[in-house]
Amino acid sequence: MRKMTKGMVSALALTFGLASMAAAEDVEVLHWWTAGGEAAALNVLKEDLAKQGIGWVDMPVAGGGGEAAMTALSARVTAGDPPTAVQMLGFDITDWAEQGVLGNLDAVAGPEGWDKVIPAALQAFSKHDGHWIAAPVNVHSTNWVWISKAALDKTGLGEPTNWDELIAVLDKMKENGITPLAHGGQPWQDATIFDSLVLAQGNDFYKAAFIDLDPEALGGEKMAAAFDQLIKLRSYVDDNFSGRDWNLASAMVINGEAGMQVMGDWAKGEFLKAGQKPGEGFICIRFPGTQGAVTFNADQFAMFKVKGEEKVKAQLAMASAIESPTFQSAFNVVKGSVPARTDVPDTDFDDCGKKGIKDLAEANTNGTLFGSMAHGYGAPAAVKNATYDVITAVFNGEYTDGASAATALKDAVAAAQ
Amino acid sequence: MASASEADFRTRLQDWLPKLVLAPSVAVTLFFVYGFILFTVVLSFTSSKMLPSWDFVGFSNYVRLFSLPHWHVALKNIAIFATLYIVICTAIGLMLAIFLDQKIRGEGVLRPIYLYPMALSFIVTGTAWKWFLDPGIGLEHVMHQWGWESFSFTWIKSNSMAIYTIVIAAVWQSSGFVMAMFLAGLRGIDNEILKAAQIDGASNWQLYRRIVIPLLRPAFLSAFVILAHLAIKSYDLVIALTGGGPGRATEMPATFMYSYTFTRKEMGVGASSAVIMLMTIAAIMIPYLYSELKEKKE
Repeated sequence: MRKMTKGMVSALALTFGLASMAAAEDVEVLHWWTAGGEAAALNVLKEDLAKQGIGWVDMPVAGGGGEAAMTALSARVTAGDPPTAVQMLGFDITDWAEQGVLGNLDAVAGPEGWDKVIPAALQAFSKHDGHWIAAPVNVHSTNWVWISKAALDKTGLGEPTNWDELIAVLDKMKENGITPLAHGGQPWQDATIFDSLVLAQGNDFYKAAFIDLDPEALGGEKMAAAFDQLIKLRSYVDDNFSGRDWNLASAMVINGEAGMQVMGDWAKGEFLKAGQKPGEGFICIRFPGTQGAVTFNADQFAMFKVKGEEKVKAQLAMASAIESPTFQSAFNVVKGSVPARTDVPDTDFDDCGKKGIKDLAEANTNGTLFGSMAHGYGAPAAVKNATYDVITAVFNGEYTDGASAATALKDAVAAAQ
Repeated sequence: MASASEADFRTRLQDWLPKLVLAPSVAVTLFFVYGFILFTVVLSFTSSKMLPSWDFVGFSNYVRLFSLPHWHVALKNIAIFATLYIVICTAIGLMLAIFLDQKIRGEGVLRPIYLYPMALSFIVTGTAWKWFLDPGIGLEHVMHQWGWESFSFTWIKSNSMAIYTIVIAAVWQSSGFVMAMFLAGLRGIDNEILKAAQIDGASNWQLYRRIVIPLLRPAFLSAFVILAHLAIKSYDLVIALTGGGPGRATEMPATFMYSYTFTRKEMGVGASSAVIMLMTIAAIMIPYLYSELKEKKE
């Protein structure tokens, strides 16, 4: 079958005879980092490459999460003219690798010792059949809670460390007349919260349910409990939550309209942009009950097979530049994430960044670093979206109890496999 | 002799020229429309995931499609949306056209006002209505500011009512256009017939009920065909207005098809949903077109 596809791809390539626009020593990069901070972060890489005489052909396809970018990519690859490097997440990389269209980065990965410094959970995606196919840029972790310092102080309670304390804080915030939980009702945001709830049920349980897709875990009591908690959390959002973008939810916490937001560390950028400082304006904690474990979402540049020695050289140079510790530090300070390699010094990072780096290293050594289901690192797209369907239905009140939701989740995942 | 053969060549050229000129567009249409319809049908019987594959799996994509609760939501939504959209648009369009046809002053100003929404794309309509209907910034907010504190209009945030907000926006967009079609139809009716009826003592109501509306039949046909296909391909409006939400409450077959084909990497299921959409619309349109066009010939 794969042979067939390949044949078709090359046939199409012949038919259209598309010539690449990029010169031999250029890299063409497909990505969706078009927002201000992201574009600035990417500029660091652009300049690094320019110093080596490698040009940069930008191919931005806007749209957070990269849905539009992935559609554009399918068209390019089917036409037999893939870009040099493509920003990609999780199972998308695996899917493309299985089509046999990705290149091989062993020539730089070996000598530079990527195997030792990049967390194993990440390598599962950056490598295919034992060969490096993608260069991870950063690691976002998704089990964060961003709390307004002022709102928390007003409750008179401390940082919540377990579910009961979290509910106490949320109740108190409600009494104080603010929206306790800032949230945007989009399926991926609902799923982001749910990731943390499942992780709080236990590290082994998260792995069984969302990585191994064990039907017993998916439909079991712990999953039902997690869904019950999600139903409970729903009572703390405002009436107008559905469809809201995540950054607007962050703004609610920044303005003091809301108490906290459960979101990945990209939310930190919003707080910093508003002039707030970690520990002063806002507090970052791991979702109560998940300290010690990390659910990650890592941006990677998947490298496609390119023709011509010069182009391969440029591609390898780009991969090497991405993994250089100076770039990893410079990029991630701007982006809000943490470096994809664990040996980068944390000197330039703020308190939340330092905590992120420490937690990541710890989770890596303890084997508690898991791919985030909500962000495509838990299971392939079909399964991920099947979980979205159930989670978002629960958050919108279509299930009244966790047990029936857990059964629905088990069935939905089974059907999507 | 020479002039004869020249004339011969000319007539032959005249014969051939239209065909020659049309040939490229026919070929392009055949390939890009019918060719790709065929391609989609073939794909719907394969196990295609991220990229097309040629591994035939029979009807299993269709079985999976109809086992998805998500697809049933989409079908229910399109049924509600298409029915209300077509009926309300036709009713409002007809009403506006009849009122405008009363030789009122300022018709030249009023007509473009009603027609104007059609000049906007569905994306613009959707975004504008999203803000307008949003309880936090739109109508409800304004009413609260004006002192009507108990006013509540939160359809767009409600699972069961959100689909009706799409109907509202779509009707706002299209009824002016339907009005223009009916107005053209009305202007095409021979005044003599109306006068004769009036002399026979027909009331205004009878005049419209028995003569004008039956004579507008071709306009009804065009309106139905245009509205039906706009309804079934409604994608941009849904994306801009509700994004398929809250949750998945306003998912339509078109948004379903896109998400399964491109973001969920289940191209086979996506293709089968597209085929079902095509068959649904064919099942409605073909008998209707057949009966309408056949009668005309007789």
